[in-house]
Amino acid sequence: MHAMSATDPQAQFEQVVMPHLDAAYNLARWLAGNDHDAEDIAQEACLRAFRFLHGFRGGNSRSWLLAIVRNTAYTWLKQNRPRAIVPVGDEELLEIEDPAALSNHSSALHHADRDVLRAALEELPVEFREILILRELEGLSYKEIAEVADAPIGTVMSRLARARKQLTDYLARKGEQ
Amino acid sequence: MNCQEIHPLLHAYVDSELDLMPSLEVDRHLKACAACAAMKRSLESLRSTLRNADLAWRAPEALRARIRESISPAPAETRPRGIRPWVWQWIALGSIGFAILMLILQPVGISDRDRLADEAISSHVRSLMPGHLMDVASSDQHTVKPWFNGKLDFAPDVKDFAAQGYPLIGGRLDYINGQTVAALVYRRNQHTINVFVWPVKKVARETTEERRGYNVLNRDVNGLHYCVVSDLNAKELGEFANLIGK
Repeated sequence: MHAMSATDPQAQFEQVVMPHLDAAYNLARWLAGNDHDAEDIAQEACLRAFRFLHGFRGGNSRSWLLAIVRNTAYTWLKQNRPRAIVPVGDEELLEIEDPAALSNHSSALHHADRDVLRAALEELPVEFREILILRELEGLSYKEIAEVADAPIGTVMSRLARARKQLTDYLARKGEQ
Repeated sequence: MNCQEIHPLLHAYVDSELDLMPSLEVDRHLKACAACAAMKRSLESLRSTLRNADLAWRAPEALRARIRESISPAPAETRPRGIRPWVWQWIALGSIGFAILMLILQPVGISDRDRLADEAISSHVRSLMPGHLMDVASSDQHTVKPWFNGKLDFAPDVKDFAAQGYPLIGGRLDYINGQTVAALVYRRNQHTINVFVWPVKKVARETTEERRGYNVLNRDVNGLHYCVVSDLNAKELGEFANLIGK
């Protein structure tokens, strides 16, 4: 009997879940807003992943784990910070942006440092924040984000565009102050 | 394409998510239109600012260790230190032999039912810990039922019994008897009721028993097994179970 065979749940957990722990924690941390709660959420999500490991049929293990993290985090937020979840309302069509307005802000972007960017991201509604985290920090494709956020790709695109606009507006306001 | 048609495509364009043909269209437009080109540059600038600012959080080492410990079959702290590894191999072999012997000697039917009841109670108790009760919180059966779609290979019967004094408060996925099951959560006054649902092939007799201070009721309706667990008294739990499948 080999302790480390492919069917050993601990070994499978090491292969499927542990390589994505940084990504899992990153998402949990951005959703929870502090270290302590993020660690609880990440640990709970990993335990759930361990319990559902038999249900993972190969494929994208990172999206699979991140979807569990997101689910766990939202359950936690609903119970502990119900006001943190404000549905953003998804319009089918993007508002037509004024390209000049966005371009004028580019100087503000260059001067934004890490703390300002963190504060700006934390200002965003949670459904916008998560899309930016998954896209820019984790490098997920639209399709992967749609899997994690349990939303159609069109909704992902609309949220991403609106999230970027709100973030730029916020940074521009900060830059003027 | 004009500017108004280009704008909605720019995000997908800078994210390299656009198909070849529309991508070429955007290329062509950007060469001719300074305003859209500026907008594209500011999107790219926002992207690189976010990517280069080192904003991602990394999992603390202590968390990594805690997670590994929480899924390990033998908790590290109960293991005495300083004994050579081969001793453990013999003890492990001995335990496996003993376990096999117990399995052979025990009447399988009873042990199966006991194990199921124990698993159901453990899941019930775990669900009562903060943050564990529900994945979808809703008193609306039309919200809870679709939530299970695609997460299970069967469709649990989700009904709200608020009129009878047992409001539906939500649902989640759980794991019992080696499979993913639906867990429906109801409430009776201050008592939480967990209903675990999974498909069965043959219908078994209805059973009710008390274990570890909890009442466990098993019932098969229309090819689905319902395992009802609560600290609610047996009489009311029986009333509740009678509502299922009607």
